[in-house]
Amino acid sequence: MSTATTNGKQAARTAKPNRLAGAATWVDDRVGLAGVAKKQVRKVFPDHWSFMLGEIALWSFVVLLLTGTFLTLWFKPSMGEVVYNGSYDQLRGVSMSEAYASTLHISFDVRGGLLMRQIHHWSAMLFIAAMFVHMMRVYFTGAFRKPREVNWVIGCLLLLLGSLEGFTGYSLPDDLLSGTGLRAADGFTKAVPVVGTYVSFFLFDGEFPGDAVIPRFFTMHVLLIPGVLLALIGLHMLLLVYHKHTQWPGPGRTEHNVVGYPMMPVYAAKAGGFFFIVFGVSALMGALFSINPVWRYGPYDPSQVTAGSQPDWYMGWPDGALRIFPGWETELFGFTLSWNIFLPIIVLPGLMFTILLMLPFIEAWIVGDKRDHHLLQRPRNAPTRTATMVALMTFIGLLWAAGGNDIIALKFDLNLNYITYFIRVMVFVGPVIAFLLTRRWCISLQRADQARLLHGYESGIIMRSPEGAYAEKHLPISTEEAYTLTARDRHHEKPLPSEADQNGVANRKLRMSRLRTRLSNRWFSGEVEKPTREELDAAHEHSAHELAVHEDGHQHLSSGDYSGDYELDGQTADGHQFDGRRAIEGDELRKS
Amino acid sequence: MRLISARLSAKRRSPLAGLVVLLLGLLVTGGLYAVLSPATAQTSQASQSTVEKGRALFLVGCASCHGKNGEGIVTKRGTQYGPPLVGVGAAAVDFQVGTGRMPMARPGAQAEKKEVVYTPEEISAMAAFVASLGPGPAIPEREAYDTSDVDNESVVRGGEFFRTNCTACHNFAAVGGALPGGKYAPSLDGVSNKHIYEALLTGPQQMPVFSNGVLKPSEKRDIIAYLNSVKEQPKYGGSNLGSYGPVAEGLFAWLVGIGSCVGFAIWIASSSVRSKKGVKA
Amino acid sequence: MTVHEREGMPGNEDAVATSEHGTAPARREAGDPFPDPGLHEHQPRPTDVDERAGKRAERQIATMFVLSALCTLLFCVAYFVFQVGDDPDVIMGFGASNLALGLTLGLALLLIGIGTIQWARKLMSDVEIVEMRHPTASSETDRAETLQALDAGVSDSGIGRRPLVRNSLIGALALLGLPAIVALRDLGPLPGNKLAVTVWRRGMRVVNDVAGTPIRPEEVEIGQLINTQPEILFETEDGERTYEGTELLQAKTKASTIVVRMQPDDITPSAGRANWGVDGILCYSKICTHVGCPISLWEQQTHHLLCPCHQSTFDLADNGKVVFGPAARALPQLPLMVDDEGYLVAQSDFTEPVGPSYWERGDA
Repeated sequence: MSTATTNGKQAARTAKPNRLAGAATWVDDRVGLAGVAKKQVRKVFPDHWSFMLGEIALWSFVVLLLTGTFLTLWFKPSMGEVVYNGSYDQLRGVSMSEAYASTLHISFDVRGGLLMRQIHHWSAMLFIAAMFVHMMRVYFTGAFRKPREVNWVIGCLLLLLGSLEGFTGYSLPDDLLSGTGLRAADGFTKAVPVVGTYVSFFLFDGEFPGDAVIPRFFTMHVLLIPGVLLALIGLHMLLLVYHKHTQWPGPGRTEHNVVGYPMMPVYAAKAGGFFFIVFGVSALMGALFSINPVWRYGPYDPSQVTAGSQPDWYMGWPDGALRIFPGWETELFGFTLSWNIFLPIIVLPGLMFTILLMLPFIEAWIVGDKRDHHLLQRPRNAPTRTATMVALMTFIGLLWAAGGNDIIALKFDLNLNYITYFIRVMVFVGPVIAFLLTRRWCISLQRADQARLLHGYESGIIMRSPEGAYAEKHLPISTEEAYTLTARDRHHEKPLPSEADQNGVANRKLRMSRLRTRLSNRWFSGEVEKPTREELDAAHEHSAHELAVHEDGHQHLSSGDYSGDYELDGQTADGHQFDGRRAIEGDELRKS
Repeated sequence: MRLISARLSAKRRSPLAGLVVLLLGLLVTGGLYAVLSPATAQTSQASQSTVEKGRALFLVGCASCHGKNGEGIVTKRGTQYGPPLVGVGAAAVDFQVGTGRMPMARPGAQAEKKEVVYTPEEISAMAAFVASLGPGPAIPEREAYDTSDVDNESVVRGGEFFRTNCTACHNFAAVGGALPGGKYAPSLDGVSNKHIYEALLTGPQQMPVFSNGVLKPSEKRDIIAYLNSVKEQPKYGGSNLGSYGPVAEGLFAWLVGIGSCVGFAIWIASSSVRSKKGVKA
Repeated sequence: MTVHEREGMPGNEDAVATSEHGTAPARREAGDPFPDPGLHEHQPRPTDVDERAGKRAERQIATMFVLSALCTLLFCVAYFVFQVGDDPDVIMGFGASNLALGLTLGLALLLIGIGTIQWARKLMSDVEIVEMRHPTASSETDRAETLQALDAGVSDSGIGRRPLVRNSLIGALALLGLPAIVALRDLGPLPGNKLAVTVWRRGMRVVNDVAGTPIRPEEVEIGQLINTQPEILFETEDGERTYEGTELLQAKTKASTIVVRMQPDDITPSAGRANWGVDGILCYSKICTHVGCPISLWEQQTHHLLCPCHQSTFDLADNGKVVFGPAARALPQLPLMVDDEGYLVAQSDFTEPVGPSYWERGDA
């Protein structure tokens, strides 16, 4: 069964001949897509807000294409020198590159030009931020597991290319701020061993700044990288369509179905509407908030710089690593090795990107799970995975803070040097603390879920027994919630592999498989497993017994969790026994 | 007490006698204080010249750190407590006291701009006194920093000087920047033309000196003209977000941009209101 | 159900895949707590059951679309009404054109979006639908057929039986990578020793940047900082600048300098540099030795020079030594002297390469 079913109660009607059908027939006669289309038109997508984060990135990309095309109609990607003669008074008569002059022209002499520039830049920020948030969602919910590892790899490549696209893009206006960034980039290439100077001279066609880098970046930004981005986004979507979207566990949801709403009309409306919303948000930000005011920075001059020089936020963490790194450099046989630049700018981002790329495969190797997964996991139900990502986020976050250390020092009246020293230490200590804290927090949340299953939810009704003890009445959770909470795997500690199997054949990869087993056991250690049927029954019996009125009329009402119905003096104990709402026989005092 | 009251006739001593003695004591103490106390900012003797008046103010408010003759005070360990003011000139006093930086409220990495304590006349008096200690830059004339009829070409040139000499510390929009060790280059927002000129001329605290021999007075005026013209220009693209550059922009992109998009997403996927009526056939 | 489909059903662990660890296949877990209660029964919305609520929602949505259209029209009006250019219109201190165009466009788009979403939430059928998944992997028969086809193709080509053909083809194809690399040779010139020299020469005057005016030592005060350039960058021949455009920027990238003056007693010149200053006036490269940003945050009392990019700090009283931050090399110093007209000039070019380090720099 692979076609969608519907729960609709309308009888099917014969199709009337209409224009849409006519057009569709014309196309199908030539292209024959009805076989594919029939499945996709009513394709089911599950509904959750966290599934829309990738859409923010997708729609931002469309906005970037549209606004970017507008900008290319006026932008001149040339570093040839001109004297400015446009409407911005404070730069009239200044020598600048044509790229900068055309950017000023767009901002001040083209109606809507500044708006389009700003929408373009804001949605670029949104694009990359959305990719980050989407990536974190996918990781925290385990949506990268088999069969979606390839999509994860594509996603990481999209993130990398998106950042490069942003860097080449904001360098195009050739203003003081982005030019300073280019100069730093030149310093980075020079620090590469052996080939550094050659790469620098080839990139800039000679000494920095040369006159070739802006036109070359323009080609990369407008043609090469968007081409690859489009292809990868297409592939990403294609895999999503083929695999179908993952879904949260819940009533009616299994590993073998998708429950949600059909593409036509609900998802088309929601996704299409969301496109307009993302576009609208970007446009409103372009209207209200100034971004990259290049006229205030002035044209690029290698002898000028502004305080608070940072790259755009997505490059902030390598910049931070660069700032806190000590000044290590060595000379070997007349050659210079600039560790202080090579390590934080070339090695570290490469390492972080590789780790990101390999996360699904590392987890799969440790855990040894080869099944398909289409149901998501709540982050609390994968404590080690969640803690790993939080540790990575802490590391990157601290480096980001280091990238803005002068702004932090200025706004919060702190000592600039001490911020650097602090982050140098915290960058090692912080992720460890974050890992440990997050892991324990997840396990605590699992305990909370366990308590809900065994004892029900806290109803807010406080009972006081005649002996004076207070207890909160618990009520059982719904079967739907109970099912959702238990729709997860159980994990057992695996025994270490033996040196030889039962036939005496030695295990050749003994140390590796022992390591793997140990890691796997550590991965799952401490987790609170879901209760078995027997444990649940025992818990209910226990509370029922405690609450029951015994033959001699007494009850064990010690403080603790209680669930289910119980009686007190023969009346239903629901919290209203003593407030006069129900008359109690023989109790004159309480009748008022 | 008994002895005294025994010698004095108890009947002759009025019941108010103790009170009178108390009042007398207060009056005498207060009077002595008023006569003998150091001159406050309010006391002025019209017959003194401006320099003398300045000296009097200086002794009250400045000498404890800068020495009675502005020679500076060095601590026992050899560190500078208050620097010598010989040769700093009237312009330095006009700047430091006129922006409230001096008198410094407490020691620290940097003198902060705060409420101005002295009146303009007092400031010129103190400036005259300090100028008398040794030759130094004088308070500039009005024409030096008046930018009301500066042409656009000079404004443009001022911008070029600004970007070469000033933005490295003060930032492209003159909102300030961090320096090592807890110091900072302050924002130039709300600073008067005269004070900017004087700061350039005298190099307060860590700021370098830009002497008139190298950065001519007309060039200083052009820089001030550029700053004023940029302050007056419309916010072409919307709110400046503090003019801190990409850090503020990134913050807004996340908080406002992603925040509102995620907010919308939560609304889109939320279930809408359910009806209590039965299912429609 | 295939093995794949049986695997991974929650609450049904009897088909957990065996891992490489060689443990025994898991058996059905004793007493999994809850069976699947099935899909929640659909609860109608007011718009489903109440005609008036439905009509109200319709009106609400249509209003949003009409307002959007109105905003679009306002955008077109605002485009022509608000001027940019020499005399731009201003509203409340903001650029009127940008504000008006952006607000109208943004609202127009947002309202379409919100209206469409409301339509989906309130009026479109919100009955949950179930669609079955298919196994991700292709069927065994498909796989076998594909492999068979591939085998047939490969054996038909004979590539297995004819290693000479195969290897020579691989060699030829691999070699084609070379033109792709070689053809990029003219991307730029070879570095040579360009990074080690600047335009500074003996006797070249040190001039104030932007103004181009030469400097006398008497005009420089203690605590002063001057952003300077070599005078050749301001030179004109027949009205044309000697250095302009790209060459000017390339020269500035290495030749930019700063001149500072301190108390001579505070300076501790290293060997051979005693005569590089003039009465406490020193000249240093303005280009940071970290990654090349220009530095001019001069703290006149501490004699420290701070780079705004990554906070490298240099002590100019101590030969430009690095005192904080990620820079590794001291700031190069330009030796100064006074020419016969009394202006500050350079004794020579820098004695070491200026700016960021690079592989071939060595110990210069």
